[in-house]
Amino acid sequence: MSQRALSERPRLSSPGRLKYDKARHTELLLLPERVVELNEAAGAILRLCDGQRTIGQIIEELESKYGQTGLGDDIVEFCAIASDKGWLEV
Amino acid sequence: MTVDLPYALTAELTHRCPLHCPYCSNPIELQKRESELSTETWLSVLEQASELGVAQVHFTGGEPLLRSDLEQLIRRARELGLFVNLITSGVGLTEERVRRLSEAGVDSIQLSLQAASPELADTIAGFDAYEWKRQAARHIRQSGLALNMNVVLHRANLHQLEDIAQLCVDWGAQRLELANAQYYGWALRNVDRLLPFKEQLQEAEAAYYRASERFGNRIELIWIVPDYYEDFPKPCMGGWGKISLTVAPDGRVLPCTAASEIRSLSFENVQQRALAWIWRDSPSFNAYRGEAWMAEPCRSCERRELDYGGCRCQAFLLTGDARAADPVCVRSPHRGLILERVGSVLPSDEVTPKYAYRGR
Repeated sequence: MSQRALSERPRLSSPGRLKYDKARHTELLLLPERVVELNEAAGAILRLCDGQRTIGQIIEELESKYGQTGLGDDIVEFCAIASDKGWLEV
Repeated sequence: MTVDLPYALTAELTHRCPLHCPYCSNPIELQKRESELSTETWLSVLEQASELGVAQVHFTGGEPLLRSDLEQLIRRARELGLFVNLITSGVGLTEERVRRLSEAGVDSIQLSLQAASPELADTIAGFDAYEWKRQAARHIRQSGLALNMNVVLHRANLHQLEDIAQLCVDWGAQRLELANAQYYGWALRNVDRLLPFKEQLQEAEAAYYRASERFGNRIELIWIVPDYYEDFPKPCMGGWGKISLTVAPDGRVLPCTAASEIRSLSFENVQQRALAWIWRDSPSFNAYRGEAWMAEPCRSCERRELDYGGCRCQAFLLTGDARAADPVCVRSPHRGLILERVGSVLPSDEVTPKYAYRGR
């Protein structure tokens, strides 16, 4: 995991937005012409991608929220994939 | 049968439109202003749709800008967390209106275009709309909103495909839908005047690939195939009553924007029934869900999970039986209807013939 990745502050690509869908009990990522149904982990990470928090802070927050350690690699990898898909901008 | 939840609502706010495009997919019988839903009913539709699982709303028409409550509806949709897309001709989209729409929370605007040259564009639209569109595109970009564009392709404008892409790049669009005409409503009435001939279509496809190379890094180009020239039908609406629903100007709820032309079905109205009941339990939404309704050749076809037998509206309009295989399919016994149409188009035919203009 690189230090550069940890200090990045990702945010959802405009005009993308998250919506918690009560009917499906899941987070949805709303994009122009497309809706992505997210699993719980993906939803939890993207919720924190607000352009303010660094990836390092996001990892800390989620590890404390779920009472787990060692989530860092998975979160960094997810953010990289989400950037490739155009969901996130750094 | 398990019923999926809908992701998208197409809200047809009105059938009124300043344009008279001969390829319009609105039904021949256009709803009048008096039969349009009230603001209160539309607000309730948005709330019910959101409860039901809808995440995206497309405000369209006709021309949705003709509804003075558009901003109010957009605001409510955004409060409900919906992604709001506006599909417009651009007529009436002044700088002030763009500002109000943007303040209300519209997420993206899709602007239609008829051709690259103003003369041809206005001939096709039956209205001097081109200059409105040029200015509307500028206002949209200046407001910081993403500009998406769409053009319906047919015999009269296919030759301008590369110029259309260039124009959309110049206007600052980030996405352009190049949608070959689909034949419903007014488009079906004009089919003999709109259908391109084969060589013309091949040239256009080559032009599309050239445009993708030239502009691909600046604009997303989307080619929507001309289904009359395909061997297999399109998976219409991603399945009947599966991912989206349409509410027509008069409140009827349709599985597809063209479905009101299926005369063998009757459609429930949001003024009488709850949206959730219509989606889950109404006879019209259950009519072609899943596979049990299928007849041969679809019933035993290995492609049935890919294309659901094609488009129910097209099957009904061309064969009189909405359960039939889409006649576009090479396995349909009615394929001859498509071949006959396609075969009767000649390169010598007039390029911009006398159209039956929508709403005239």
